[in-house]
Amino acid sequence: MADEKKDWPPYAPGTYVRESDIREKKITYTWWEPEVQYSWSLGPAMSKFLQGLKAGKIIGIHCKRCKRVIVPPRMFCEYCYGPTDEWIELPDTGIIETFSISYLDADARRIEVPILVGVVDLDGTPPHHGFMHYFGEMSKDEIKIGMKVKAVWKPENEREGSITDIKYFKPL
Amino acid sequence: MCVIGIGHTDFNSMTSDIHWKEFMYEACNKAYIDAGINPRKDVGSFITCAEDYWEGFSIFDEFVPDQVGALLRPCCTVCGDGLYGLGTAYMQIMTEYFDIVAVEAHSKVSDLLTYGDIILHAFNPIFDRPVSGPVERPNYGGSPEYPAESPKPLVGSSDEKERIHPYFLAGLEMQHYLKTTGTTEEQCASVVVKNKKNAFFNPYADYEAKLTVEDVMNSEYLFKPLKKYDISPNVDGAMCFVLADDKTAKDLGIEPIYLSGFGWCSETPWLATRGMDAEYAKKAAKMAYKMAGITEPRKEICVAEVDDRFSYKELQHLEALGLARPGEAGQLAEEGALEIDGSMPTNMSGGAIGVGNCLEATGMQKALEIITQLRGHAGKRQVPDVERGLAQAWRFLPSGSGAVAIFER
Amino acid sequence: MKEVAVIGAGMTLFRRHLQETGKELSYLATKMAMEDTGIQKDEIDMVVMGSAPDAFDGIHMKGENLIDGSAAVGKPYVRVFNGGGTGVFAPIAGWWHVASGVADICLVVCEEKMGNCYPHPQTAFRHIWDPILDRPLNPNLIWLFAMEMNRYMNAYNIKKEDIARVAVKNKRNAVGHPCAQLADPNITVDDVLNSEVMAWPVQRLDVSPPSDGAAALIFCNKDIVHKYTDDPIYVGGVGWNIDSTMWTNRDLTFPRYVANAAKMAYKKAGIVNPAKEIDFAEPYDPFDYKELHHMEGLLLCKKGEAPILTREGVTQRDGDLPICPSGGLLGVGNPIAATMGQKVCELYWQLAGKAGKRQIPGDPRVGVGQAWGDIMQMATVMVLRRG
Repeated sequence: MADEKKDWPPYAPGTYVRESDIREKKITYTWWEPEVQYSWSLGPAMSKFLQGLKAGKIIGIHCKRCKRVIVPPRMFCEYCYGPTDEWIELPDTGIIETFSISYLDADARRIEVPILVGVVDLDGTPPHHGFMHYFGEMSKDEIKIGMKVKAVWKPENEREGSITDIKYFKPL
Repeated sequence: MCVIGIGHTDFNSMTSDIHWKEFMYEACNKAYIDAGINPRKDVGSFITCAEDYWEGFSIFDEFVPDQVGALLRPCCTVCGDGLYGLGTAYMQIMTEYFDIVAVEAHSKVSDLLTYGDIILHAFNPIFDRPVSGPVERPNYGGSPEYPAESPKPLVGSSDEKERIHPYFLAGLEMQHYLKTTGTTEEQCASVVVKNKKNAFFNPYADYEAKLTVEDVMNSEYLFKPLKKYDISPNVDGAMCFVLADDKTAKDLGIEPIYLSGFGWCSETPWLATRGMDAEYAKKAAKMAYKMAGITEPRKEICVAEVDDRFSYKELQHLEALGLARPGEAGQLAEEGALEIDGSMPTNMSGGAIGVGNCLEATGMQKALEIITQLRGHAGKRQVPDVERGLAQAWRFLPSGSGAVAIFER
Repeated sequence: MKEVAVIGAGMTLFRRHLQETGKELSYLATKMAMEDTGIQKDEIDMVVMGSAPDAFDGIHMKGENLIDGSAAVGKPYVRVFNGGGTGVFAPIAGWWHVASGVADICLVVCEEKMGNCYPHPQTAFRHIWDPILDRPLNPNLIWLFAMEMNRYMNAYNIKKEDIARVAVKNKRNAVGHPCAQLADPNITVDDVLNSEVMAWPVQRLDVSPPSDGAAALIFCNKDIVHKYTDDPIYVGGVGWNIDSTMWTNRDLTFPRYVANAAKMAYKKAGIVNPAKEIDFAEPYDPFDYKELHHMEGLLLCKKGEAPILTREGVTQRDGDLPICPSGGLLGVGNPIAATMGQKVCELYWQLAGKAGKRQIPGDPRVGVGQAWGDIMQMATVMVLRRG
């Protein structure tokens, strides 16, 4: 029975192939590019948030029961499971909750000048509450958790109702 | 094991005013209110039935907890039809870890612009996909349209111009079904007529229509013998059920609807060697009947909601489930036995033909109707004296998997 | 509730690319698990598949594609999926099939073909982000972990050296594991600290790579376990918990969802003082700091204490609390769901005394395995015990 064997797994089945074997077509493969397109409807909360960004404002929402401001806003509070109440305009300042200095771009390619990115804990919200964005006008040696920051917006005619209507957050 | 609460949104071909999270929230909230419980305190575990590609995310499970009430609670995703979720909930409660479990399933297919290509993406990439090809341009409503111009050729293969929408597979199966059982296209058409008529009595159904068999027979062949009206159009809808063990239901003072049996089964994924007789439905039903103690399904099941996303599937499934003798279902349809006032009422809600194809939520929609019937809340489509009902769903093209659930009062 | 035992496990080679298809990998792992047990295909009642994003394999509803490789044709088969948590969640699903009495024997298979996604699985990871709030910023997955790592280091003033020790320990532990992709007997802390910075503070040797691989596990009802083994390993308890999708709305310093899941599992396992009662653990370690983060989440030590224990050698294989004796994800590889091989299969092999060169000295009786998934949200925990 199996109890007699003491060395598991006893072997490792599987055939190792290199990236180069695939590129050089030394092994057989088949290729497919799917057509995958979505258009997610935003609903009232996200629509309001993005319209706010277009107007140069950060919009949050208030939950009466939990007595907390939520941003990005949503139509229900996940803590008490009740509907949320009034829209609130928030200041566009906050502190750096956490950050990273990235030498990789979105496709994992190496870049020379690092991207500074992180989470901004927005003023007027509960602790550790905000959204992700870039940081700018600071060097990688200056950036610190707890640093006070302020949003730098795109000019009004360039804003389109997206999180990128804010260019980055700069030191206050 | 019983269902103590149900909730659902309206079913619509487009829901562009609502975010999928708000959609799920609506369905779940209604279910919790129906059950009279607080999800943040009373529900032990949450289950979602979803597949990534329907939603457009690499890991849909991430986007689930907040709107179903599962923040910092046990929550999981089952990649299957809603009925698989019900079976999972049953098992979770039987482990005695939880008293109350919520199951959610939804379809927001209107957010998906390339529906046909995603179905194709489920085909075996080596053997089956090259036979078909990307054909569908972004298209709301979900009815496959034969393309006016040739689609672009596949990268890396020869410039073949012949492409067919993946629904051809259903056409193949229908051909086989009609030949082996002697069912006629007219009999399948009568299923369409019945279901679209039933949908008039269903407030949330989106595709009701007054058709005759001739109307259906005159609709164009898309995948002969499948005609345009034989195919159910896509729809958005969300549903949530709350399940509990019998004791908890009693303590809450709720009159339960019992989930007395369920089963699921998967046939081989290889299209070439898989039979076309809905074996998965036979085996799943066998498991469910055994659990529910049913020996003569034809006599003991009062109403049935079976997967009819293609009209002939309703007949095929009825036979596979033992609710009609092999080859008999077509005759039952013709005679009106499957009508609401017939001897084997089937798809009283309008089925997928009348309500719409709601992807993984199809099974839940069928279960929703059975439970509504058992509760006596089905209004104009109520079948009198319903004691036991069966809901069945299939995981759609190109799979050979399906599940069955049996409910009783 | 029925008591459930693990009676067999299997695992394939883990590499960046394997020639086998997903079906074939599932078959290889299942075959090994069946050999371990001596069980026949017809004795398996039901099958659970665990597999992470369909986008890697390039097949929608990929669970359906893997039915034949997982000995599931004609059987009840279901796929569960919790992102990275699947490695321990699929066994949990297998467990509840048997514990509920619905099945007597349940096979769990986890498969991953990350290599199918071209040019790099990173592309599939672009779609885990919220399309409105995160994707327009063109994020890279590494950013997420870098941000959490930074927060964790900052909160407890942890030095990079102590975190690097975890990578060194695990890559060395993996030497002798036949499936290991990144075993390295000579790696040092300096190697890790000098490796290329990807997204500070994450460096190349802090990260586990994408891999192809599969693993399988067989669960059995206690009433019939004597047919297969005289020394069964039982599931003591399971737990799982999920936190909010909105990861920017919570403090990343402590994984409260891991603690919740652990508490659920420990309660059922009758464990009151995990730091003393757990003999060894396999927390999820896709990044070196995650092992520390999860040790604290699993309540195996106080908050901020994990790096100290690592520095003192407590978490080595011959220490008081061996952590990741298999070599973890950092040493063996990270085929998302198939990490069940290092997390739960390893617990089983260690408790059954079958871990060969990786065997922990002494007489381990209780082990805990944990996986972490979704967008830093999901924790799945399983406690296995001997006898």
